[in-house]
Amino acid sequence: MLGLSRKDTSFLLIVIFLTLATPLLLQPFPEDSALAQFNAGYPDLMQRFAIFGIFAIGFNILFGLTGYLSFGHAAFLGVGSYSAVWMFKLLTMNVIPALILAVIVSGLFALLIGYVSLRRSGIYFSILTLAFAQMMFALAYSVLTPITGGETGLQLSLNDPRILGVSQTPEGNIPVPHLFGLEMRDSVQWAVGGWEFTFNAGYYFCAVIAILVFYLSMRIFRSPFGMMLRAVKTNQTRMNYTGLNPRPYTLAAFVISGMYAGLAGGLMAAMDPLAGAERMQWTASGEVVLMTILGGAGTLMGPVLGAGFIKYFENIFSKINDNVLHAWFAFLPDGLEDVVVAIIHPFVGKGWHLTLGILFMLVVIFLPGGLVEGYRRLTRAFRRTPRPDPRRDPEHHPGPVPHVGE
Amino acid sequence: MGILEIKGVSKRFGGLKALDDVNISIAENSVHAIIGPNGAGKSTLLNVLVGKLVPDAGSVTFENQSLLGRKPYEINQLGVARVFQTPEIFGDLSVFENMLVPLFAHRDGTFRMHAYETIAAERDIVAAAEAMLDEVNMLEKRDMHAASLSRGDKRRLEMAMCLSQEPKLLLLDEPTAGMARADTNNTIDLLKQIRDKRDITMAIIEHDMHVVFSLAERVTVMAQGTPLVEDAPERIKGNPKVQEAYLGGHG
Amino acid sequence: MASMADMGGGAAIGRRLINVGIGLAVFVGVWMLLRLIGVSSSGIVLQVLNGLEKGSAYALIALGLTLIFGTLGVVNFAHGALFMLGAFVAVTFNGLVGLSYEEVDPTRTDFLGNPAVIQTPYVEAWFGEAAGQWMIDWSVPLSILIAVPFMALVGLVMERGLIKYFYKRPHADQILVTFGLAIVLQEIVKAIYGANPIPTPAPDAFQGSFDFGVWLGFDANTILYPYWRLVYFLFAAVIIAGVFAFLRYTTFGMVVRAGMADRETVGLLGINIDRRFTIMFAIAAVVAGLAGVMYAPILSPNYHMGMDFLVLSFVVVVVGGMGSLAGAVAAGLILGILQSFASMTEVLELVPGINQIIIYLVAIIILLTRPRGLMGRKGVMEE
Repeated sequence: MLGLSRKDTSFLLIVIFLTLATPLLLQPFPEDSALAQFNAGYPDLMQRFAIFGIFAIGFNILFGLTGYLSFGHAAFLGVGSYSAVWMFKLLTMNVIPALILAVIVSGLFALLIGYVSLRRSGIYFSILTLAFAQMMFALAYSVLTPITGGETGLQLSLNDPRILGVSQTPEGNIPVPHLFGLEMRDSVQWAVGGWEFTFNAGYYFCAVIAILVFYLSMRIFRSPFGMMLRAVKTNQTRMNYTGLNPRPYTLAAFVISGMYAGLAGGLMAAMDPLAGAERMQWTASGEVVLMTILGGAGTLMGPVLGAGFIKYFENIFSKINDNVLHAWFAFLPDGLEDVVVAIIHPFVGKGWHLTLGILFMLVVIFLPGGLVEGYRRLTRAFRRTPRPDPRRDPEHHPGPVPHVGE
Repeated sequence: MGILEIKGVSKRFGGLKALDDVNISIAENSVHAIIGPNGAGKSTLLNVLVGKLVPDAGSVTFENQSLLGRKPYEINQLGVARVFQTPEIFGDLSVFENMLVPLFAHRDGTFRMHAYETIAAERDIVAAAEAMLDEVNMLEKRDMHAASLSRGDKRRLEMAMCLSQEPKLLLLDEPTAGMARADTNNTIDLLKQIRDKRDITMAIIEHDMHVVFSLAERVTVMAQGTPLVEDAPERIKGNPKVQEAYLGGHG
Repeated sequence: MASMADMGGGAAIGRRLINVGIGLAVFVGVWMLLRLIGVSSSGIVLQVLNGLEKGSAYALIALGLTLIFGTLGVVNFAHGALFMLGAFVAVTFNGLVGLSYEEVDPTRTDFLGNPAVIQTPYVEAWFGEAAGQWMIDWSVPLSILIAVPFMALVGLVMERGLIKYFYKRPHADQILVTFGLAIVLQEIVKAIYGANPIPTPAPDAFQGSFDFGVWLGFDANTILYPYWRLVYFLFAAVIIAGVFAFLRYTTFGMVVRAGMADRETVGLLGINIDRRFTIMFAIAAVVAGLAGVMYAPILSPNYHMGMDFLVLSFVVVVVGGMGSLAGAVAAGLILGILQSFASMTEVLELVPGINQIIIYLVAIIILLTRPRGLMGRKGVMEE
C-alpha cells in the first residue's frame, strides 16, 4: 500500500494511530492524582513533540543516511520561523502560505550553505555549518534587526499591512493564525471520570503534517536515492569509481533536511506567531543532533523518539519543584521526607539539565544505537527461545542485514 | 590504434620523477599486464588513468576521447571500471544493494533524484542484479551485510559490481594481493571466465608473475617511471633487461 | 607539532617559509587597511594586545583539545568544562581564604549602637595579619597550587573512568558522551555556586593599567593595558612554551609525538603508549584548568563559561588543523586579534556587526582555501 512493503505499511499505521491518539495516551493519570505531574497531554507540549519530531526526521535524512554531521541546522529552523511570521504580517493569517514560504526560503538558504559547506567533509564540514549558523544568529541579533526584530524577536503588531486579511479584529486584537478559519488555538476539552483530555486544532494540524513528512521520509529511506545516500556514507571512493557524483546526492539530502527544518520553524510560528534569533543558536542545532543520536541515527523512528524524550524531560522534569516533591513523599516520616526531597532536589526543577546529562551519558555508554537499539534489545530478550541461533558465529554465518528503520 | 592510448605521460612529485615519458597502447579486447618492481610508477600510472591524478605532460585517450581533467565518476561513465587492491565495496549495504548501486549508475548517469520511487518497482535492475549475483555464485548471500563477507567474496562482489556496468575497459590493481594461493587461483579462473565470455579489455597491474603469465596477452614491464619492455608474456620471461630491472637493485 | 615531526626536506621548509610570508603579508595588509580607515597606530597596537589576551585563552583551551585529539583520538566536548572548573578552583580558594570567624568587640559599637562584631579571617589568625592578608590578596595566583593537582586528578578520573571506553567508538558518540559530561559538570557547579557570576579579583599589585604606549614610543596614555591581562598573556606564553618544550625535549614527549604520528608502530615497539596518553590527558586538563584559574579576574566565573568558550575553541582547533598543536596556538592568537580589530568603532562604522561574525567568517574562508586548516594533516577527521 502507498508504495510501501507490508511491514512498512503496518509500521506507518501504528505511527499514525499513536500520533492521533497522543492527547489520550499522554494523559494516563487522573487530574487529582499525585502523578498528574507526569501527564504531557497539553497542547503546547504535544505541538512541540510534533514540531521537533519533524525537525529531527529531516535532520536524520542528512545525518542518518549520509553521515554528514551538520552543526548548524537550527539556522534553517529560524529562517522558517521568520519567513512564516513575515507572511502573517504581510499577506494573511492562514498558515498554509506561511508554511510554503518557510519551506521555500529555508530550502534556498540550505542550497547556498550546503553548496559551500559540502566542499569539505568530516569535522571540517561540521565546523563550516556551525560557522554559517552562528553568523546568521549573530546577524539576526544585530545588523538585521529591521527584518528579524533583533533581541525582542519578530512579532505581530496591530498595524501590520496584511493584504488578504485585517490588521485588527473588530475587538481590536491581533488576529490569530488559522487554517481556513480553524484557529490553531481552538481546543475541545473532554472530561471522563478523573481524566481530562484536550484535543487541540494546532496539535492535530502539526500531527497531520508530521505524519505526511514521516511518510515522505519513509519513501526516501526505501528509495534508490536513499540507498545512494547510504552508499555515500559507507564508501565515497567506490561511489566515485561507480560513476556517481556524491556531491549532488549530499546536497539534495542537505536541502531536503533544511526544508524539513524550515517547515518545523514555520509550524512553530504558526502555533505561536513570533520568531526569535535564539532559535538559531548553536545550542539549538546541538539539540537536534542529540535528539537524533539519542533516538537512533539512521533509523526511521529514532529521531522522533529522541525529540519526544528530550522535550518531555525539558517540560515535565523542570516543573517538579520542592512543593511537589514534599506532596509526593508526605507519607514518609518528616525527617525522612526531608532527606528524600533533599536527595532528589538537585535532579529536578531547575536542575533537570543534570538528569538529562546523566541520561545522555547512560544512553551513549550502554545503548550505542540509541533508544531504538534499546527497544530492539528488549524485544530480542523477550523473544529469546531455546531454538538455536544461527547468528552465533558472525564470522562464518553472518546474519541478515538489519533493515533500516523499524 | 588501441582502445586506451597513453602518450608521453610524465608526472613529478617534488624532486621525484614518478612517471617519465610513458607510452603504452592497450589493444581492444586484450588482457594487458603492467608489471614492475616497487616504485616503478605503476600505481601513479593507474591513478592518472582513473582521473585521480593529472599528469604534468602527455595525453591519455580512451576511444579517442581524452581522459585528462575528467573526474573519476566521469571516466567511469565512459566505460572504465576499476577493481582495487583491497576490495572497495559498500560495507554497510547488503550484497544485493551493492549490486544495485552500479546498475542504477549505469542507467541513470552520475546523479538522479529518484527519491520517491521504490526499488522493487525497478524490475529490470532487480533482475539484472540477481542475474549478476547468480553468475558469480553469490545469490544465496544477497541479504548479507557486505562488510561481513570473506575477503574472496568481497573481491568477487567488487568484480561483479564492475562487470554489471558492462565496462569496455576493466582496470585491475593487484587483484590477488595478499590472497592465499587457493583464492588467487579462484580469482584467476574468474578473470579467465570474464575474459572468455565478454567483449572486454583488461589492464592488470600485478606483482604476482603466476597471475600475469596465466592471463595476459601482452605485458609491459616498467622500471623507474618508464616502460622498459613490451612483449608477449612468454618472451618477457627470458628478457635480460627485465631480469636486471627486478634483480638489479632498483627495487 | 605533528608538522614538526614530519618536517625535514627542503621542500617542507620552503613551504613553511611561504606560509609565514603569506601570514606576514596578510598582517601588513590588515594594518594598512586599518590605517586607511583612520585608526591610529597606537590604536592598532592596543587591539593587538587585547586580542592576544583573549586569543591566548582560546589558544590554551584549543591546545588541550587538540592534544587530546592528537593523542587519544577523542573529540572532547567536556574540555570547556575543565576550563570552567579551573576558574571555580580560583573562586573556591578565594572563598576559603576569605572565611572568617566573628568576635564581639565590646569596646566598639556599630552604627545601631550594638556591640560591634569584628570579622577576622582564619588565615589572618593562623599566619599573622600580614601573611594572611597577602594570601587573601594573592588568592588567584595561589590557587594554581591547588588547581594543578586537582585538575590532574579530574583529568585522570575522566580518562580512566569514561573516555577510555570511547577510543574505538565513533566520533559522534564521543561528542555526545563528553557533551553529557559537560552538562553534568556545569550543573553540579551551578547547584553549588548558583547561577550568578562570582567576581574574583586579581591581586592589588596588578590592579590598574600599564602604559604600553610610552614603552613603544607613542604618546602617554594612548595604549593603556590592564596589568592582569599582561600577566595572563605572559602566563599563557609560559604554559604553551612549557608544553612544547616538554613534548620536544623529553623522552616522554618524544614517545608521545611519535605515538601521535603513528600509534600502531610505537605500540609494536613495546612501548606502553596508552599510559603516556593518559598522562597527556591529565596535562591537557591541567592546561585548561590553569587557563580558567587565571581568567577568573578577567571574566567573573559562571557555570556556563565553559560552553561559551568551547565552541570558539573548537573553531580555533579546526582552523588550526585537527591534531596540530602549533596550528591551534597560531589560530587562537590570530582569531583573538582579528576579533578585537573587528570590535573597533572605526571598523564597525564601516561594516556593522562584523565583530559578531568575524571569527566564523575567517574560519569559513580558511577552511575553503586550506582544506585542512592552517596546519592540519591529511585524512584526519575527514570521514
